[in-house]
Amino acid sequence: MSSYNLTHLAQLEHEAIFVLREVAAQFERPALLFSGGKDSIVMARLAQKAFAPARIPFPLVHIDTGHNFSEAIEYRDWFAQDIGARLVVRYVEDSIKAGRCQEEKGPNPSRNGLQTITLLDTIEEFKFDACLGGARRDEEKARAKERFFSHRDEFGQWDPKNQRPELWNLFNGRKNLGEHFRVFPLSNWTEMDVWQYIAREKLRIPSIYFSHTRRVVNRNGVLLAESPYITLLEGENYEERVVRYRTVGDSTCTGAVESPAATLAEVIQEVASARVTERGTRADDKRSESAMEDRKKAGYF
Amino acid sequence: MSAATPTASATAHTDEHYLSMDLLRFTTAGSVDDGKSTLIGRLLYDSKAIFEDTLENLERVTEQRGEDNLNLALLTDGLRAEREQGITIDVAYRYFATPKRKFIIADTPGHIQYTRNMVTGASTANLAIILIDARKGVIEQTCRHSFIASLLGIPHVVVAVNKMDLVDFSEARFNEIVAQFSEFASRLNIPDIKFIPISALHGDNVVDKSDRTPWYQGGALLYTLETVYIGSDHNHVDPRFSIQTVIRPNNDAHHDFRGFAGRVAGGVFKPGDDIVSLPSGLPAKIKSIHGPEGELAEAFAPMSVAITLDREIDSSRGDLFAKLNNQPVVTQDIEAMICWFSPKPLNPAGKYILRHTTRETKCALKAVRYKVDINTLRKQTEDVSVGMNDIGRIHVRTATPLMIDPYKRNRTTGSFILIDEFTNATVGAGMILWPDGGDRAPTDQFADMGGL
Ligand SMILES: Nc1nc2c(ncn2[C@@H]2O[C@H](COP(=O)(O)OP(=O)(O)OP(=O)(O)O)[C@@H](O)[C@H]2O)c(=O)[nH]1
Ligand SMILES: [Mg+2]
Repeated sequence: MSSYNLTHLAQLEHEAIFVLREVAAQFERPALLFSGGKDSIVMARLAQKAFAPARIPFPLVHIDTGHNFSEAIEYRDWFAQDIGARLVVRYVEDSIKAGRCQEEKGPNPSRNGLQTITLLDTIEEFKFDACLGGARRDEEKARAKERFFSHRDEFGQWDPKNQRPELWNLFNGRKNLGEHFRVFPLSNWTEMDVWQYIAREKLRIPSIYFSHTRRVVNRNGVLLAESPYITLLEGENYEERVVRYRTVGDSTCTGAVESPAATLAEVIQEVASARVTERGTRADDKRSESAMEDRKKAGYF
Repeated sequence: MSAATPTASATAHTDEHYLSMDLLRFTTAGSVDDGKSTLIGRLLYDSKAIFEDTLENLERVTEQRGEDNLNLALLTDGLRAEREQGITIDVAYRYFATPKRKFIIADTPGHIQYTRNMVTGASTANLAIILIDARKGVIEQTCRHSFIASLLGIPHVVVAVNKMDLVDFSEARFNEIVAQFSEFASRLNIPDIKFIPISALHGDNVVDKSDRTPWYQGGALLYTLETVYIGSDHNHVDPRFSIQTVIRPNNDAHHDFRGFAGRVAGGVFKPGDDIVSLPSGLPAKIKSIHGPEGELAEAFAPMSVAITLDREIDSSRGDLFAKLNNQPVVTQDIEAMICWFSPKPLNPAGKYILRHTTRETKCALKAVRYKVDINTLRKQTEDVSVGMNDIGRIHVRTATPLMIDPYKRNRTTGSFILIDEFTNATVGAGMILWPDGGDRAPTDQFADMGGL
């Protein structure tokens, strides 16, 4: 019997594929939220495997804040074309112009929170009934509470105090009109698992995950990249540092880490000995103790 | 194009050890405030699995709350409402690895109101740590959670007698609780039970053996977690494969490809095998099996694959492949143990939606055989009203046939959930007894066990 064993990475892979197929089977109009970040790249790869040799039976959707890293955007466009997927991009800029939301003020205006509005509008526009996200439970304490199939009410809200029980691998995707689901196939993956999988699959990833020289400003311990969207405060300067990114989000709230890791092997080494969490570089999580929970309740990714 | 491809040498560096580590999924259980979250926090803290920024945050929040000891429960109690009330509401998942093993931890709530979330966390576990407050001993919620662990077929249970610091690390008190629990557990089906005296708050016998319990001969909790034998909890004997979806590429390269996609729920499938598609009973031969890394010579649980057949047969989502000589029971009548989650009591004349494997069907309740008295595990046949957090035995009739095995033989083909037709909420979890559990002597006064 003992030969019928799977390594933990294989177990995670089979589990994620099962979840992706459940989404295709249980929903009419699913979408895969794709940012060009490492988690969504892994998720998209798993979706390719889940439906091979057919194409992924749903579009890739990106909510573009307009403040994203150009490397991630170029990657996104290349990737969608490479795998022959339909790519839907919607812009926070358009939501602002349409008066659906307002730009934040201050030296560090972030459009990260505004994405929620554009996302919910996009869900409405295409009548998406399930959005696949690459979020992992090990990322953050509110995410640690997520189900694989996470119900959202007609306002897109998450109710963490009243989640549906989720038994075994029986996913209940039933819903009423106007409601939708967020589904997280990578729930049980850790940052290390994602990197190991990228290595195993020889996946291409955006260059900002590897060491490079960049002009950054140190703001409250977060190294923010030089960009037109950031106003330097008194006493602040841009300086050149050798950095890479552990997580890739909106450039106004995603910090770089100083790192010489230029190859995948070196990145894996670094992750193995990391002493701070991946989201320690995210200014958006530092805003308050329950910043993530609050954003998620409102309909964030 | 600003993407980077890993070099060959990078992949060669992939940590072989990391990739070959095995995985233990465990859950906490026990009554409210027995120290489950504190224990998980302690386990992570003492095995240095907490990142610096998380720790700094913990120290800051502990101080803001005006507490003396580092509040380790906050590592899993991440929701605002949980922190306000100091209790766990929903299951939190944490991940950690020691050089020996990888662990997926489900820290579940003890409060009776959130039993559904405890069951959620426990349903995928291979081991349960049941905590008991040394001052209180075995109480109703201890019994409920132990019974649920047994019903779910969790093969290993560690009873952690906690807060030993509050009973002066008394051996006599520990032995008393061991006796109390053993008496209760003699009616359960848990093949492996270990007892450990601990203090989650101070770390005694959690990661390191404590010198305050010289009378205790066993190992610390982490040692047990690292060494407990985890054979596969999957069935590799009875071939079962439920179809999730059918893959039809409709492109030139693959215009004849018709793959039945799904996850192996039991047994082993190989190309050339004679299978039968149920419920139709149509036979076919497996032509090929496609896994995530290409074509496979065999597939076993819990692999996700796509199977092609040597002929066109009418099969789709919800159908099941088995072997000609080894088939599940195809039936519309099910005897099962049910764990009820909804504040709306089980309606004995009610209709529900039943989800079993990849099949969904309407069902009608035919009978509630009995309700279980949680403290004694006796069958109650007089009052059979099954309300929230109750466990009972039911008979349901489904609108379309299901392909079932007893839960104790196969967790996948032996389990189902009930869904409320109107709210779409998941209201109950079922573990199938029939046909094995159906012929119990009617005089047996104790509840049936769905599990091992
Ligand atoms: N003295 C002492 N106190 C403890 C010990 N373990 C936990 N506690 C305290 O018991 C209280 C409850 O601990 P939690 O870890 O939140 O309990 P829980 O079992 O997770 O509770 P729920 O999740 O709400 O069911 C807290 O005040 C802890 O500090 C222990 O070993 N000794
Ligand atoms: Mg708790």
